[in-house]
Amino acid sequence: MGTKHKMTPRQKSEFLWGWLFILPTMTGLIVLNIVPIFQTIYQSFFKTGDFGKGNKFVGLDNYAKVFTDKDVWQALINTLKYAAVEVPISIIIALVLAVFLNGKIKGKSTFRTIFFLPMVAAPAAIAMVWRWLYNSEFGLLNHIFPFRVNWISNPKIAIYSIAVIGIWSIIGYNMVLFLAGLQEVPRDYYEAASIDGASGIQQFFNITIPLVSPTIFFVLVTRLIAAMQVFDVIYMIIDNTNPALFKTQSLVWLFYKYSFSQGNKGYGATVVVVLLIVIMIITAIQMIGQKKWVHYN
Amino acid sequence: MRISGKKIIIYIILAIMSFIMLVPFAWMVLTAFKTVGESTQVDPFVIFPSKWRLDNFDEVLHNVNFVKLYFNTIMMIILRVLCAVLTATLAGYAFARLEFRGKNFMFGLVLFQMMIPSQIFIIPQYVMVSKLHWTNTMMGLLFPGLVSAFGTFLLRQAYMGLPRDLEEAARLDGCNIGQTFLFIMAPLTKSAMVALGIFTAVFAYKDLMWPMIVCPDTNKTTLASALSKMQGQFSSNYPELMAAALIACLPMIVIYVLFQKQFIEGIATSGGKL
Repeated sequence: MGTKHKMTPRQKSEFLWGWLFILPTMTGLIVLNIVPIFQTIYQSFFKTGDFGKGNKFVGLDNYAKVFTDKDVWQALINTLKYAAVEVPISIIIALVLAVFLNGKIKGKSTFRTIFFLPMVAAPAAIAMVWRWLYNSEFGLLNHIFPFRVNWISNPKIAIYSIAVIGIWSIIGYNMVLFLAGLQEVPRDYYEAASIDGASGIQQFFNITIPLVSPTIFFVLVTRLIAAMQVFDVIYMIIDNTNPALFKTQSLVWLFYKYSFSQGNKGYGATVVVVLLIVIMIITAIQMIGQKKWVHYN
Repeated sequence: MRISGKKIIIYIILAIMSFIMLVPFAWMVLTAFKTVGESTQVDPFVIFPSKWRLDNFDEVLHNVNFVKLYFNTIMMIILRVLCAVLTATLAGYAFARLEFRGKNFMFGLVLFQMMIPSQIFIIPQYVMVSKLHWTNTMMGLLFPGLVSAFGTFLLRQAYMGLPRDLEEAARLDGCNIGQTFLFIMAPLTKSAMVALGIFTAVFAYKDLMWPMIVCPDTNKTTLASALSKMQGQFSSNYPELMAAALIACLPMIVIYVLFQKQFIEGIATSGGKL
């Protein structure tokens, strides 16, 4: 717009310093993230040859293959099942715990520390421990319960057993986010409700939930995005020989298998583009749906 | 203080939840001290080891070079934290306080990156790393963490919360933009830098897929990725696996318990600012 000539010394200095300051970040971001987005999409139109050698343009063949690929469809179902269990249950438990800890409770910070603990443990280690807890012969769980369950090798329940690990891992994180949200709810709302004779449960549904609905919405959106990318726990718990493998493999697990175990980067890229599209659809639906239940002041 | 019935129920629920949260950790510790015989004994079921043996730890430390794994993991964490904090502090300030052409578009790219699932970047990043011959190197481990879009956003928010008159005063005193940033503004965002540092450290420590892909060599990789290999190595010797898991988890847990306030605020409140 030719403003360059009219720049005051101050504007010129801001321009130079501004670009100098963002240069490292933007260079890294463009090289590491922005360009790779397009490279991955580009790659999804190619077939990688045997041993990862050679790239043959195949147009939309990979996408056609995805639509008929039983593994991909099943992985999509598994991923959705995992997310549908992990996200709502962890949010409900975390919200209830946050409401409890927001009251006058002794040992508040001890409880908070304990609930948050799984967040600082490596998922690889957590998965190993749970695999041991779930062990059908010698596991702790089968000794606590009077019945025997093949927690992680029964194809019907394995994905839910994995979701339990996900819930256990994330409760503390969600809870701390809710605690931050709850601190902004004015106390007098509750006092007024108590005077009117509202019970604790009524207050929870009529005051707490509407007032922290922006936080609930935020946690819901971000947790669903993260849950759709579930990989670590499934990779660690389900062996290639596990009979529940077909019913537990997630989209990212398939992406890893195709791209890096089998070296077919073209098809791996296609799977991850499909994942991106699914995540965008889920997020868009929530953005539209929020008007019905999220209250911003 | 009178304790009502409701309070008692709340305490009971909190205690049960704490128990559920702690059992897997406790079971990891207990199993790590057991013999294989004790761990697989069914009738009667053994909860506590008859003797607190260190044999499993000896065996694991003998077979796996944990010193190397620790070194790799800690180096990767330190480098990623330094890179993220340094680049994000600079960029965050520019996005929050300076006016220049192209700013909005560039900040749009930062936001765009944050919305994309990270697996999208992995294949091209891996191709770059292997072309640069950085597989099985520290540079390879560090590579995706050289910059942080999330950190840039977080620091931008922190700068936006600072009063403007500080900069005006510095400018009247003859500071240029670089000096104002370095001496006046950057020191005021220390808490955001600490939050970003902790956030980066924990997520680098937990990351599994990237180190597995880029550093498959058992001596060049991180703790998380080495653990995934041990499962095959020690097959179903659970006491040894639990000993390895404990060795891998313990330092982070100890640091967490010591600095729990900073940890929880660092991870969760920065997560909440997205």
